[in-house]
Amino acid sequence: MTVATVPQTKSPTFTANRDRHKRGAMRWVILGIIVLGAVVMMIPFVIMLLNSFKSPQEYSNSGPLTFPTEFYTQGLTNFWTRVNYPEKLLNSIIISSTVAVAATLISLLNAYALGVGRVRGKAWLVGVFMLANMIPQESLVYPLYFIAKQVGLYNSIWSVVIIFTVIQSAFGTYLLASVLGTFPPALLEAARLDGASRWTILWRVVYPITRPTLSVLMIFFFIWTWNEFFIPLVMLIDNSSQTIPVALAALQGDRLMDVPTINAGSLISLLPAVIFFLIFQRTLTRGITSGAVK
Amino acid sequence: MSTTTPKIRPDVSYWAYLIPGGALFLAIIVLPFVMNIYFSLTRWPGLGDPTFIGLENYTRLFQDAVFWTSFRNSIAMIVAMVVVPTLLGLLLAAVLFDYIGKKFSGQVSSGLRAVYYLPQILPVAVVGILWSWILNPQTGALNVVLRSLGLDALALNWLGSTDTALPSVMTVMVWVQIGYPVVIFMSALQRVDPELYEAAELDGAGWFTRFRAITLPQIKPETFVVTLTCTIAALKVFGPIYVLTRGGPENSTNVPSYFAYQNFFPKSQVGYGAAIATVLTVIVLVVAAVFIVLQTRSEKKEAEGR
Repeated sequence: MTVATVPQTKSPTFTANRDRHKRGAMRWVILGIIVLGAVVMMIPFVIMLLNSFKSPQEYSNSGPLTFPTEFYTQGLTNFWTRVNYPEKLLNSIIISSTVAVAATLISLLNAYALGVGRVRGKAWLVGVFMLANMIPQESLVYPLYFIAKQVGLYNSIWSVVIIFTVIQSAFGTYLLASVLGTFPPALLEAARLDGASRWTILWRVVYPITRPTLSVLMIFFFIWTWNEFFIPLVMLIDNSSQTIPVALAALQGDRLMDVPTINAGSLISLLPAVIFFLIFQRTLTRGITSGAVK
Repeated sequence: MSTTTPKIRPDVSYWAYLIPGGALFLAIIVLPFVMNIYFSLTRWPGLGDPTFIGLENYTRLFQDAVFWTSFRNSIAMIVAMVVVPTLLGLLLAAVLFDYIGKKFSGQVSSGLRAVYYLPQILPVAVVGILWSWILNPQTGALNVVLRSLGLDALALNWLGSTDTALPSVMTVMVWVQIGYPVVIFMSALQRVDPELYEAAELDGAGWFTRFRAITLPQIKPETFVVTLTCTIAALKVFGPIYVLTRGGPENSTNVPSYFAYQNFFPKSQVGYGAAIATVLTVIVLVVAAVFIVLQTRSEKKEAEGR
């Protein structure tokens, strides 16, 4: 990076001092504005929490902004039993974790051939994987729905698992190929001279060194798959195969969805993602930012 | 199989490592993509055999008012998901990093960043359902509060009236999207050499001048990434529309992806839906190409300028 060197001619003391005084009050004003923005961001969640455990009568009497006077759990149990929450949670976990592992593995194999192996037509292939990330799912969904019906995977979580393994690994391949493209050649050469096969080099040399990147990818694949809506909505018609977002959406507009049921339902549907966010907050922010510059 | 580089012993070709990923890619992306283009040239209710009709779906599409409305709404989505979040996110990131981070502490700024980022990691369909209740005309939190304040006139049918549905959806999308640019820009700012700011400060440059002359040019690469990825996301948006308005009322919030879905499934006009999806794909790819060309050109210009 180029650094502009500016001759320090002016004496900064006087102006800087005055500046600091002015900023003393200013800084609280600016913090106040930013915090206010953050409060606005949180309002929907606060409203959700306040009304998840408030009885419908109390809601109509005192509105959405008060604390509940009694701990009303009917909304939560209502939602829990109607959507069979543990089943949906398990579906979401199976789909997201299988996709995360399988897509990371495929990304690594592809990227090994492209980044380390530098097979012919490498730039082309990486370009194809990049394009695949941009294609709208709408232009794949009907054929996928048609094929899934033909092979008997329609309405099965495995159709969603396979589809997202491929979609996520297209991104993973694109990203990892450029990471592995800069893999230190000396390490590969040393392993080769030791008589290691390509398979051994992949698992004994490349894998241990890229593991931090792979784990970030895996976490992202998990969250992205967890949050997917369109393809699961189309593929998972049966109540028993649905994911959490699809099951919640299926109840939308139902007359039995009263205020506490909607709020408690949203609350426990968001909770797994929030927990995941809190655990992996650091990895996630590091991950998106490193992906952005690539 | 033989290899090109001198080896101690023969080894499996690198091509072998592409077999599982490549085969899946062909079956799940390439084949459906080609099938969809074929479907777009047919009339087909999804059962029986498709009838080949050439480009008829496309000519019909360009005369369809709903199609044009859906693309006009895409522009509204770009405003709500790209323009506003990028501008606001830039300002927020600069203040959080440059001001809050220095005048208070890094912890305060990263805590605030997490708050702004939270909606980004949540399932957008679920937060959409939460919002659709908040904006519900009868029982929704917003109107209940407005009425209790005596502002009955303001308690509108937010998602159900053609005047307010699109602005309401746009507001929700700004809320969903804002955290992404904040996080990206904050990390971009960490790259900027602090000496540049110090030098400018000594020259008497105010905060805004420094922001314009140093920050903006330095974080150009991230600005490209943010605007490109958000524009593609805005063109593809489906989940929030599905849970908030189902494209209504009277198509006032319909978008291309939801319009395609409507034709595929509820209406069983597969060929027509496939044509909408193909046009959307072309637009996404053209937008991406334009972005990438612009970026390479500006990088080249910068390299020449130095």
